[in-house]
Amino acid sequence: MTSPGQHRVLWTTVVAVPLLLSAIAVVQMRIDAGGRAPGDESDLLLRSPDAVRRMSLGYDALAADIYWTRAVQYYGTRAGTEGARFDQLYPLLDIATALDPKLVAAYHFGAIFLSEPPAVGAGRADLAVALVKRGIAANPGDYLLASDLGFIYYWYLKDYSASANAYLQGSKMPDAPSWLGIMAALVAQRGGSIETSRMIWTEIYNSTQDKTIRERALEMLRDLRAIEDIEVLDQLAQQYKNRVGHFPASSADLRDEGLIRGNPVDPEGYPYVFGPDGRAQLDPQSPVTIPQGLRLPGELPH
Amino acid sequence: MSATIGPVAVNTFREAVRDRVLYNLVLFALLMMGAAILVGQISIGIEQLVISNLGLSAISLFGLVMAIFIGVGLVYKEIERRTLYSLLAKPIHRWQFLVGKYAGLLLTLAVNTAFMTLGLAAAFLYVGGRAGRADLPILIAIYFILLELALVTALALFFSCFSSPMLSTLYTLGIYITGVFAPDIRSVGQFTKNPMLLGITRAIYFLVPNFHNFNAIAAAGHGDAIPSSIIWQNSIYAVLYVVLLLVASAAVFSRRNLK
Amino acid sequence: MSTPAIEISGLTKDFPVGFWRPKMRRALENLTFHVDDGEVFGFLGPNGAGKTTTIKLLIGLIFPTSGTAHVRGRSIEDIAMHGEIGYMPEQPYFYDYLTARELLDYYARFANYGTSERRERVGKFLERVGLSAAADVQLRKFSKGMLQRVGIAQAILHDPPVVILDEPMSGLDPVGRREVRDIILDLKRNGRTVFFSTHILSDAEMLCDRVAVLAGGKLQGVGAPREIVAMKSQSMEILFEMPEGRTLPPALAESAMPIGGRTRVSVADAALYATLEQLRGCQARILSVSPVLPTLEDYFFQLIGGPAGQRGIEEISR
Repeated sequence: MTSPGQHRVLWTTVVAVPLLLSAIAVVQMRIDAGGRAPGDESDLLLRSPDAVRRMSLGYDALAADIYWTRAVQYYGTRAGTEGARFDQLYPLLDIATALDPKLVAAYHFGAIFLSEPPAVGAGRADLAVALVKRGIAANPGDYLLASDLGFIYYWYLKDYSASANAYLQGSKMPDAPSWLGIMAALVAQRGGSIETSRMIWTEIYNSTQDKTIRERALEMLRDLRAIEDIEVLDQLAQQYKNRVGHFPASSADLRDEGLIRGNPVDPEGYPYVFGPDGRAQLDPQSPVTIPQGLRLPGELPH
Repeated sequence: MSATIGPVAVNTFREAVRDRVLYNLVLFALLMMGAAILVGQISIGIEQLVISNLGLSAISLFGLVMAIFIGVGLVYKEIERRTLYSLLAKPIHRWQFLVGKYAGLLLTLAVNTAFMTLGLAAAFLYVGGRAGRADLPILIAIYFILLELALVTALALFFSCFSSPMLSTLYTLGIYITGVFAPDIRSVGQFTKNPMLLGITRAIYFLVPNFHNFNAIAAAGHGDAIPSSIIWQNSIYAVLYVVLLLVASAAVFSRRNLK
Repeated sequence: MSTPAIEISGLTKDFPVGFWRPKMRRALENLTFHVDDGEVFGFLGPNGAGKTTTIKLLIGLIFPTSGTAHVRGRSIEDIAMHGEIGYMPEQPYFYDYLTARELLDYYARFANYGTSERRERVGKFLERVGLSAAADVQLRKFSKGMLQRVGIAQAILHDPPVVILDEPMSGLDPVGRREVRDIILDLKRNGRTVFFSTHILSDAEMLCDRVAVLAGGKLQGVGAPREIVAMKSQSMEILFEMPEGRTLPPALAESAMPIGGRTRVSVADAALYATLEQLRGCQARILSVSPVLPTLEDYFFQLIGGPAGQRGIEEISR
């Protein structure tokens, strides 16, 4: 038989507890919304992987996972904001991979986002190289890491001989697919050509599980397509000039002359325009960009 | 009401003092002195930083150990040793007894922390620092440590109402560690695309006391200002959570049949 | 009729036993009796009968499964009631880091005395229980008897109208027991109600106006000690000497008890003359014939069915 005393206790608890829990949740959300809690940057006080390893008291793998998670979170909260800098990205990845050298995902992530120029990445391809080289040393059979290294040299550092070397190294690893050897050869031979670049980005898109990397690859493929189109349009423009005597003003001129059919548009649907010097260009409003540093037609050694 | 809670609190404080538990202060003082002397040899400009980090971490750690160590026995010991029986025959509600025990331990921790702060100040002076406005972040960091200790004590008290000291220690420590890593747990949940895991990790994040909020040791070390909004929010958070735990403790304890 | 000091009505308490599918052990069944204002009331019963359970229910340390109880008209659920009772648990433990004086002072703070009055009372009651000399010694150094005295002191220090003592005499030497008895009588002289439990029957017989007997969780009887034992029939005791060479008839020999050359035998009232005839037939020399005054003990043993039966009642850890 329950007494009035028991009833009072029951009702107080049933009412008070959910109320308090809700209030607590509200305050916590306020705290989170207010930006960085004081504790946010505190971890990086320990920049030395050795120090972290000692502090984790043997739970290295767990600590590695935590730092890896924080690295991704660190990137994710900053990416897309104006003037974002990613100074802590390397230390975080450094510590994570030092604690768990087989954390391959971290090397892949660093390969791209340490190298990418601001505001997409840290702009430190040199650090990316250092990171991935350590990854290869710890995971000698992982040809994807070698491929990452080759890519960094090729795309961001423009060091084609180092890139070819890396691809070559990768091709010699057990179970390496044949395209690594091909890449080595192509890079060594041609330097930076569109086909090579497209092949690389397609391979990256196909081999990675990481969503962020895949999106980047798609973007690049789109941009490369534009470059190819421009290359073709430039050649057509040259033919037009040879026939008519001056450069075309727009694609309509090429159509009239029978050189093309239809209206060529870039991958985002904007029509190509022609500059005063007859060179094809992207519509200024198009979001497509031409990646810098890639040799355009006319610069290739034949 | 303070006629009943007050004496219980004072008595709990007296027990802690006579239990020679506060002798850890001597240990802390030695630690601080040793660190100060050691650091004095290095003199590459980071003495203040090292002493700040070491000192604050030690204050936090010592406080934590004491809060758990004494906290888990607060109610359990009184039941086990039957000292509670004569007390409950007096005109005092059981919840007043709980609040009194809590207040007594909190008082002990506050006194302990105050003495340790003085020791820290002494170490600072030894390495040639001067007291000034730049010290405010350190005091705030210490205040946050006190909030943290208040939470941990309430946790320990709660478990003490129904569980043995060993189990209570495990539970309290477990929740503390979970609370420290709560943001990471939530990140992992956000990573996975599994909606159930996402829900679970979110629930954990909001249920478990988020000790991560109170860690201002790094900021204090660099002298970063801590916005007053955070001070308010942390204080309110701590108060709400402590009240929640005390209510829960009272609920559990008030109808318990004492053997 | 004035409000009884303690009124217990249908009080029942079950304890769960076992972890997975706990069974209920009934420690107290439908207990009903009352204690009048100003009387000394003894609560008797063997170990495990439920005496301490009843007292803990009154104090609010455990909660009833069903039934009610009131002290001076206030329900046991009412915390304010505690201001009117003094309680001493059996085998009291106290905070061993406190001195006797500090302990009494601590407990005294829950009654509303001013500082100086409190100090005075503490001193007075320390003296009353004979602990003035040891007042400033830490309790961890106290003997059991001394702790018992501290227990009584804290129970009566605030002058409560109702004093509840659980086994106040246990563990005390005869001197200590006499002191406790004196305190109880003193309380009665001052108009207080004393309710105490004990299994020392002679104390109960000496002190109590009324007693209740509890066994196996059930109330066996309530009344003045004399009334209870009067329920049992009287017997007579014959003391005699047997001449040399003669033996008793077998029926008598069984219950006869030789003591130092003489023999003693108890017989029921009705059988007295028949037995005397038998003895005369054996040429026995009758020394004396006297009535046996039964004690609560006899009543007890009869109730429980002998010493073996008494131990038969389970003593489950309380």
